[in-house]
Amino acid sequence: MRKLVKYLKKYKKNVILGPIFKLTEAVFELIVPLVMAQIIDVGIANKDSGYIWKMGGVLVLLGVCGLGFALICQYMASVASQGFGTELRRDLYHHINTLSHKEVDEFGTPSLITRLTSDINQLQVAVAMLIRLVVRAPFLVIGSTIMAFMIDVKLALIFVIVIPLVALVMWLVTTKTIPFFKSIQKKLDKTSLITRENLVGARAVRAFSKQEYEKERFKDNAEDIEKAAVRAGKISALLSPVNAIILNLAIVAIIWFGGFSVNVGDLTQGQVIALVNYMNQILLALVVVANLVVIFTKSAACAARVNEVLDAKPSIVGKETTEANSNSSAPAVKFDDVSFSYHDNSEYALEDISFTAQKGQTIGIIGGTGSGKSTLINLIPRFYDTSKGSVNVYGTDVRNYSLGDLRTKIAVVPQKAVLFSGTIRENMKWGGDDITDEQIWRALKISQAYEFVEKLENGLDYEILQGGKNLSGGQKQRLTIARAIAADPEILILDDSASALDFATDAKLRTAIKENCTNMTVFLISQRANTVKNADQIIVLDDGKMVGIGTHKELLQSCTDYCQICLTQFSAEELEKEINGDE
Amino acid sequence: MSKKNNDSSFTVLAKLLRYTKPYTFYLVFTIISAIVSAIATLYAPVLIGEAVDFIIDINNVNFEKILPIIVKLAIVVLIGAGFQWFMGYCTNILTQRTVRDLRTDAFNKLQRVPLRYIDSTPHGDIIGRVVADIDTVSDGLLQGFQQIFTGSVTIIGTLCFMFSINVGIALVVILITPVSLLVASTIARLCSKKFKEQAALRGQITGLAEEYIGNQKVVKAFSREEYSEEKFEELNAKLYKVGVRAQFYSALTNPSTRFVNGLVYAGVGIFGALSAIGGGITVGQLSAFLSYANQYTKPFNEISGVVTELQSAFASARRIFALTESDDEISDADNKVLTDVDGNVKIDHVDFSYVPERELIKDLNLDVKSGQQIAIVGPTGCGKTTIINLLMRFYDTDKGTISVDGNNIKDVTRDSLRLSYGMVLQETWIFEGTVRENIAYGKQDATEEEIVAAAKAAHCHSFIKRMKDGYDTIISDNDGISQGQKQLLCIARVMLAMPPMLILDEATSSIDTKTEMKIQNAFAKMTKGKTSFIVAHRLSTIKNADTILVMDKGKIIEIGNHEQLLAKNGFYAELYNSQFKKS
Repeated sequence: MRKLVKYLKKYKKNVILGPIFKLTEAVFELIVPLVMAQIIDVGIANKDSGYIWKMGGVLVLLGVCGLGFALICQYMASVASQGFGTELRRDLYHHINTLSHKEVDEFGTPSLITRLTSDINQLQVAVAMLIRLVVRAPFLVIGSTIMAFMIDVKLALIFVIVIPLVALVMWLVTTKTIPFFKSIQKKLDKTSLITRENLVGARAVRAFSKQEYEKERFKDNAEDIEKAAVRAGKISALLSPVNAIILNLAIVAIIWFGGFSVNVGDLTQGQVIALVNYMNQILLALVVVANLVVIFTKSAACAARVNEVLDAKPSIVGKETTEANSNSSAPAVKFDDVSFSYHDNSEYALEDISFTAQKGQTIGIIGGTGSGKSTLINLIPRFYDTSKGSVNVYGTDVRNYSLGDLRTKIAVVPQKAVLFSGTIRENMKWGGDDITDEQIWRALKISQAYEFVEKLENGLDYEILQGGKNLSGGQKQRLTIARAIAADPEILILDDSASALDFATDAKLRTAIKENCTNMTVFLISQRANTVKNADQIIVLDDGKMVGIGTHKELLQSCTDYCQICLTQFSAEELEKEINGDE
Repeated sequence: MSKKNNDSSFTVLAKLLRYTKPYTFYLVFTIISAIVSAIATLYAPVLIGEAVDFIIDINNVNFEKILPIIVKLAIVVLIGAGFQWFMGYCTNILTQRTVRDLRTDAFNKLQRVPLRYIDSTPHGDIIGRVVADIDTVSDGLLQGFQQIFTGSVTIIGTLCFMFSINVGIALVVILITPVSLLVASTIARLCSKKFKEQAALRGQITGLAEEYIGNQKVVKAFSREEYSEEKFEELNAKLYKVGVRAQFYSALTNPSTRFVNGLVYAGVGIFGALSAIGGGITVGQLSAFLSYANQYTKPFNEISGVVTELQSAFASARRIFALTESDDEISDADNKVLTDVDGNVKIDHVDFSYVPERELIKDLNLDVKSGQQIAIVGPTGCGKTTIINLLMRFYDTDKGTISVDGNNIKDVTRDSLRLSYGMVLQETWIFEGTVRENIAYGKQDATEEEIVAAAKAAHCHSFIKRMKDGYDTIISDNDGISQGQKQLLCIARVMLAMPPMLILDEATSSIDTKTEMKIQNAFAKMTKGKTSFIVAHRLSTIKNADTILVMDKGKIIEIGNHEQLLAKNGFYAELYNSQFKKS
């Protein structure tokens, strides 16, 4: 919590003055019944219409001043709560950006987004309520009681009995219903899940003719929610009637015992009316308190969720400045006995990997699903840290680079083709704001995207929609490759990023990279043997271990796993030709 | 595809009321309870006033008269509270059951709409309708009406009581009424405008967060954290400005109400006291007036607050009805059930396009004999998947017919048609449930042995055994298992169901080549003697097909077996050779 309080500090003035203005309004409100009592006891009793007009004027004045003070408070609360939320949102977003892949994986993107948006919205509401109501409502309750004491100590005892009783009822009702609301929320998440599953899997559901089964599944869930909500409703519907009973019976008591006091001259008629008014004011204030309890219980959960993210420390922190100059004659990438596991103590996803990639070489990486191909290349830009061993780029351990320095040397084209909403030009400039149109067109040519971009109405100014919805899968992939090439990196990593391209385009792409990017060290990950066949070195991975390294020909002779992969993709005659070709 | 629903609010309301019909009992009781509890609440101040009139001065308190009055008061309060609880109870049941029915209806509709609807409507949008929109309707509409109803009863009741006590003072209150109406409606208008802006900005922020946090790995790879933060801050700053306004305007409600109440109170106080001097009203009646004045504007506010909520509820209801009233698939209830399928499939002069402007399939003809294996190849977007959509009747042909064993597929039930095919698609589908449930999806009554046998055939058994709870491990689409494993599970699902015909659309695209080879053997066993359609990227996997269709731009451009097509030296030969071309 202390972390979040920091964000309120800047609005100290608002947080302190806001409630003070609000209190002043509440004090005025408490004076109103007293003034009325005076009107009755003095004005009416003495038939003094001048006095009534005067006191009436006081009532109006109290109202006007109260409104003024209240508006100041509301404005302060708005500024403070929105400012609080805006800054918290900015910092949380920034903090998420500093987190490493590992932490982001652990939280999961949807959860991070909820925390950034709806959780912070909820906290904003809580801050506003804190300033506006937290002081006011209890103050009205206590203030009314104090006023009652000032009028008559004996009758004020009724107030002292009633307030704890009402508090008890509220506490009982809320503690009984909160678990219900929590479980309803969970069940609603399930509603979304089932709906999503049925949309994504509409073909599967219909292919197996399981519509009735799915309807049943959804209905069960909907009924679950209904039952829980009805049960919660039964209890929470008790709150206001029970409170109304308690307070109205208190009024009955005030009239009855007040009658005795008036009869013996301890109290006036107007004062009895004032006491009744104070009791009514408590009733109104309590409604607010009940709402506050709900808001703050919800907000506490949100605050905890936001804090959890703020407390997460990035597991990977780069050096402030890169230590040791990179040596251009050293190998571009060198793995030294590298092992890696995603979670501490779990099985290694990569084990004892060592290899050297010289500058300008093309390195192919091939292997089955889950063999560790993507894991391996994720270690080069230091998205994850090795568990054992070291990764060196140009002779310097990646841990001795500043992250910025390291990552500008490297461009990664991920498996999933991701483009951002904005023009093609904006997307192509991700590698640096100083990239010229000329460089972009060159990159587009290499990535085989030139033709279709040129045909677009606006060329580089073509607006890409969120998620790249207005482009085909193949177009997106080519653009992500172009984006990486436009950055003119020293090391280019293509993580199975040509899967949506047909063989001919894929081949053209590889030729173009080879011809145009002679100084680039290129890593090619693929499931197609054909894609990596011409690489200078091919690394064969199986279940996290390196089972072979060498050229296509060498591996065909020495590595059985590689031969098997090739066998499934080439015909036997062709392979034979390849193996015997040089003999 | 989502149709706009332009129903008037009245029609929407009528449609919603139809949903409450089964619960008319609760609806009627809600109304009765609302009236009773409102009258009881309003009657209490009158009784209090009467009692106060017997508490006049020293030795002038008439306890004999007071006692029956306060007993009556206690009874009225108990009755009022009882009915208030009952009203809450009934509304809650009414609301929750209506929501349940509405939600189930919306979901069931999804099982009946043509796939075109699901394919062309963003899934987030549909989920929003099923989950959030229905909640908005329940919050806004049903509870809104409750508030409008009790509010109007309270206002009318208050006026009646006031007129019955004293016409002059009642007129004073009525004169101030337009002020409270004006204030309430002005605030509501200001708020709804700012709230709309705020909601739009929040939507944009969520969109941006989804884009940038969702693809944080790309952001990091290009070291674009600062850029993404700038973009975020731009929206965040806008949101701050709008947020402060929105919050402030909405915070105006309470102080303004209190102010108007204060005016009414002062007015009643002054004119009440003046007429009390003249003997036109007793002090007790004045006190009753004062309690009415204290709460008089509350219902106005509630009603005007509800109006904005109602507007958004109507908007949501329209969106829901647009879904539930969209067209169903053409009914096939009277159609023949397809049984004992041999697997003769005939495609006869078929035309098809997704959008009329873009012609896709034109005059497609194909005659498949029972037991044949048909492979479909061609570049991305050539219409391969479309043929499958037509075979399964996910979409209907525009012209021409498709028949199975001589039956036009439009004349048989969709379920029986679809159950004759086993389908594995590139997009895997796993729902939240155990591994066992996922495999047995197509054959609910499968025995344990059958499930394990299918899992073994699809090479899932070994990785399932390694999972935490084996076959009882709960999996879902986005966690726990890799894309390749998901695909294997989908294959196991079809292997268990053993339908007479098969459709494999890139069924092994995410599986490593070693496993794929084994799967191909299993497929070969399974497809033996069965008609099968195979779409594949890797030409090596379809070389043995009886007929290979080469498609380009929606047309079959070549047809024949592997040798024939190679000999032809056309498109297929080029495609095939490009796999092995040296780059």
